Amino acid sequence: MSLLRPVPSEPPPQGCDSLPQAEIIPYPRAQSAAVEQKRGFDLSPVIDRIRGLALAVLPTVLMIAVLLMVWEIACSGKEAALPTPSEVWTESYEVIMHPLKGVEMDGLGFKIQDGGDVGIAGHILTSLARVAFGFSLSAVVGVALGILIGQSKLAYRALDPLFQILRTVPPLAWLPISLAIFQQAQPSAIFLIFITAIWPVILNTAAGVQNIPMTYRNVAKVLSLNPIEYFLKIMLPATVPHMFTGLRIGIGMSWLAIVAAEMVQGGTGIGFFIWDSYNSSLLTDTIVALVWIGLIGFTLDRIVGWIGRRVARQA
Amino acid sequence: MKHRSYLALEGIGITFPTPKGPFTALRDVDLSIEKGEFVALIGHSGCGKSTLLNIVAGLTKPTRGVVFLDGEVVDQPGPDRAVIFQDHSLLPWLTVAENVRLAVDKVMAGKPRAERRDWVMHNLELVQMAHSAAKRPAELSGGMKQRVGIARAIAMSPRVLLMDEPFGALDALTRASLQDAVMAIQAQLNNTVVMITHDVDEAVLLADRVVMMTNGPAATIGEDLAVKLARPRNRIEMADTPDYNHARHEILHFLHQRFSNPTDKAA
Repeated sequence: MSLLRPVPSEPPPQGCDSLPQAEIIPYPRAQSAAVEQKRGFDLSPVIDRIRGLALAVLPTVLMIAVLLMVWEIACSGKEAALPTPSEVWTESYEVIMHPLKGVEMDGLGFKIQDGGDVGIAGHILTSLARVAFGFSLSAVVGVALGILIGQSKLAYRALDPLFQILRTVPPLAWLPISLAIFQQAQPSAIFLIFITAIWPVILNTAAGVQNIPMTYRNVAKVLSLNPIEYFLKIMLPATVPHMFTGLRIGIGMSWLAIVAAEMVQGGTGIGFFIWDSYNSSLLTDTIVALVWIGLIGFTLDRIVGWIGRRVARQA
Repeated sequence: MKHRSYLALEGIGITFPTPKGPFTALRDVDLSIEKGEFVALIGHSGCGKSTLLNIVAGLTKPTRGVVFLDGEVVDQPGPDRAVIFQDHSLLPWLTVAENVRLAVDKVMAGKPRAERRDWVMHNLELVQMAHSAAKRPAELSGGMKQRVGIARAIAMSPRVLLMDEPFGALDALTRASLQDAVMAIQAQLNNTVVMITHDVDEAVLLADRVVMMTNGPAATIGEDLAVKLARPRNRIEMADTPDYNHARHEILHFLHQRFSNPTDKAA
């Protein structure tokens, strides 16, 4: 303290009272109540909602209508390669209107008749069951591997280059290997889905774990959380958004893979349906199947996204 | 055996390896803090004061020297040295009460559920946040979040409370109200506190001692000033007392004349 300079000898400031005080000018009181807006009708919230919904959906509906018209006109010539939408409607009327042919619904479960003439929904249900199984496997294994390489630098160095290479292999390229390993159609199709969907799950989960903010790690250290507590209370909730990004990409890719797999393998499923319709020169059936595939893929994506948001909020 | 203070830093130094060779951030830091003392560490940014706090917290290991707490060597983090982080670092997926609860469950493991719940609420009341117990951090203002951060730290009943620029991210008015809250809590609990700040007024208002750091690299303690102001302190009344101005002046002199901002010098 002695090193410090002595306090300068200027007089210590005096109490507030003696300081020259600024005069306070009272401000005219704000106009008490703001002008109240009168609303003529009480239906407005309902109307607002309907209007909002219309504004959200209308552009899409209009766009589809315009595209269908363009398609209709473009393919109306006699030598057009593709059928027009109206031809699709008339020629594939059976496929469109009776999708559940050969499917016995039993509560939530279903039974699909073996072989023969099965409706398009039957094929889709078969494909969905495969996707559900293969994707669940890739979700479990992918999250586990993602956490491993996200958490351990050694595992990351060992495995990441491998994953980066393998993830670029297209699903169809796995098919011969898959068939060689499993010999049968059903498990090889599931393996194909699994191997296609797993990479985005692994890599996104790993990125999520690696990006846990330093401050959360520090909180865990100060609280001396043990590894299990850290996993459950910090790592898992902090990684959930990344994880679901991976799962969402994964489900999209597995849906792509199933179609590819079934096209080659035959038997049942929506991929087989497309292949079959192509071989039978039923191009309109193929178009109906494409619409179904698109809608199902879109729905799957939305479902996983919705679950992700729910879980992230709960976590 | 020589007498050791409650919290004693002895010969602390830290050197980081860098591509350009070793970089010494801190050297020869000796600091003795008695039980119940409120010490503010002040210095320009980059002087290693946060590193020093992390060393006491056990989050960073010093390359030289030892930290003793109540005679025991500190070498890893633990809830007995609770940290209030600058960015509050509440977990966004937990409610306010759950955030505090996470700490309470850790330090009061084995106590009955009801007792732990009451302790969470008691500490939230201390920081006047009991009304927001069920809210999530995203619903709170910056000042309120930091109040919860304080509640989480004091709920651990730490032997030393470490504050890393706790109000640095807040606006001046919010900061003042949090400083008042900290003073009120400190009057009740009489914790041993180490606070990092670069706000001269904050240091003088809150601390019993202001420890001034020299500029890095190889920063160390430059000056240790006792603030002899009676408690409870009132910011308005204090602003006009000679003792306050004296302390303030000494710190300003240290920071702006003897060890002025290194970036100014470089310019």
